[in-house]
Amino acid sequence: MPIQVRIPTPLRKLTGENEVVEAEGATVSEIFKSLETTYPGLGERILDEQGAVRRFVNVYLNEDDIRFLNELATPVKEGDEISIVPAIAGG
Amino acid sequence: MNEDRPFFSNLKCRECGRLYPKEAIHICEFDFGPLEAAYDYDAIRSSISRERIASRPQTMWRYREFLPIDGSPTVGAQVGFTPLVKADRLAAALGVKELYIKNDTVNYPTLSFKDRVVSVALSRARELGFKVVACASTGNLANSVAANAAAAGLRSYVLIPADLEQSKVLGSLVYGTNVIGIHGPYDQVNRLCSEIAGKYGWGFVNVNLRPYYAEGSKTMGFEIAEQLGWKLPRHTVVPMASGSLLTKIHKAYKEFIHTGIIEDQPFTIHGAQASGCSPISEAMKKQVEIVKPVPKPETIVKSLAIGTPADGYYAIRTMKDTGGSAEDVSDAEVIEGIRLLAEYAGIFAETAGGVTVASARKLIESGKIPRDESIVLCITGHGLKTAEAVQGKCGEPRLIKPSLREFEALVADEVAAAAN
Repeated sequence: MPIQVRIPTPLRKLTGENEVVEAEGATVSEIFKSLETTYPGLGERILDEQGAVRRFVNVYLNEDDIRFLNELATPVKEGDEISIVPAIAGG
Repeated sequence: MNEDRPFFSNLKCRECGRLYPKEAIHICEFDFGPLEAAYDYDAIRSSISRERIASRPQTMWRYREFLPIDGSPTVGAQVGFTPLVKADRLAAALGVKELYIKNDTVNYPTLSFKDRVVSVALSRARELGFKVVACASTGNLANSVAANAAAAGLRSYVLIPADLEQSKVLGSLVYGTNVIGIHGPYDQVNRLCSEIAGKYGWGFVNVNLRPYYAEGSKTMGFEIAEQLGWKLPRHTVVPMASGSLLTKIHKAYKEFIHTGIIEDQPFTIHGAQASGCSPISEAMKKQVEIVKPVPKPETIVKSLAIGTPADGYYAIRTMKDTGGSAEDVSDAEVIEGIRLLAEYAGIFAETAGGVTVASARKLIESGKIPRDESIVLCITGHGLKTAEAVQGKCGEPRLIKPSLREFEALVADEVAAAAN
C-alpha cells in the first residue's frame, strides 16, 4: 500500500533529489521505517535517538499536523500524503 | 563605516554549531535547527563605540556592524530609531515607578516593527541577486514587504490568511504587490510557504532568508539600550507570535554587553500572548520546553495568532535564562490594554500592543515585575491597522447641530465638574 511522502529540500540529497517518494506502511511510524530502508540515513534526520520526531521537524498527514492526530502511531491509508516540513519558518 | 571588514562571518546552526555559507538557506541539513547569523565580535569590538554609533544618522542602520549584510543597506535606509517614551501617567495607572514605551507604532514606512526585519531581509535579498521576494504573514510583514519591495523595485508576493483585518489587506494591495489569501490559519500559510520556498527562486523573507530577516529585530533592543542612556531596562515585555522578536531583543542586549558597548548588568525578558493562541505562554507556565501547537487560534489578535511558533522553544529558554515569565490575556483584556495605552500615554497600538500592556499589568499585579524596577514595553504596530478590534468599544461621538445653545447644554455639567 504505497503512500506518497513529500521530502523537503535539505533531505533530497538522500532521495536522489526526488521531491516525492513512495513508502509502505500502515502508520506514520512504519512509513518512516520503510523510508529508512529505501533511503538509508533518512530516518535519523527525521527522528531523534529516542525515536521521536525531531524538535524542528513538522510532519503532516494530508492537511493535518500529526501532533493533532495520533503522532507517529497515526494510521495511514492508500491515497494519503505525508509531508515532512522544516519547523523553522515564519513569524 | 568600514565596508571591507567582514563583521558578519557565517551562518551557524543554533543546535549543532555547524557553519554554513551566507546564502539563502535557513535550516541545518543535519538536525533541521535554525541557522543564525554569526559575527566576528572581536572585529566589531575594535571597530565600534558609543560615540561612533551616536555620530550616525538616527536609523536602525547605526548598528550595522551587528546586521547580516555585506555592503551598505539598499532597502529601508530610513527605518527605525523610533521613540522611547517615558510614560509617567501610564506608570502611575499601573502602579509602577519607571515605565517606557518603545513605540514602533511609528516605525517607517509601514507603522510596525516589521520594517526592521524587512529592510535587512530585502537588502540581503538584493546582495544575493533575488528579483522576486515573498513572505508568509499575519499582516504587518506583508505590508512591510509590499512597501519596501515597491520602493526598491523588486517584485513581491505576500501570502496571508484570507480573514485578516481589512486595513492590513489594503495596506499590502496599495503597493501593487501580489496578495494571495489562503483559506486557513497562519500556520497553514506558513507550511505552504515552506514547501514552495526555493521552488521558484524567490527570496522568502521569513523562510529561506529568515536568518537575515530575524536579525533585524535586534535593532529594537539596541535602540532601547541607547535611548535609556546606554543601559538596559531591568524588565522588558515583548509580544510573542513566533517568539523571534523576544529572542532577538535578548541577543541584542547580550551583544551590546559582549562587545563592551554597555556594562554587564542584570535584565529580565518577559513574553506576552493572547489567550486564544498562547502555546508559548502555556508551556512556560507549565514549566515544560515542549510547545504544544494550537490547531485553531481564536483571538482578535491576529498578528500574534501563530499556533506553531518557530522560535517557541528558544523564547522559553530566553525567558527562563533571564528569570522572566510569560503571561496571556483575553480579548477583553487586550481591548483594555489598548485603551490604557491610548488614554494614559497617547499611543494607539494594534491588538498586539494591547496584549503587551495587559500582560505587563498582570505581571506587575502578580509581583513578577517588581513595582520599583524599570520596565520597557515593546509596542510593535499601529492601532489603525486593527481598527475593527476596537470599533464600538471606545464610545461614540456625541452629535449636535452647529448651535451654541446645544453645545453649552451638552458640556455644562462636565465644565462645572472640571471647575470644582
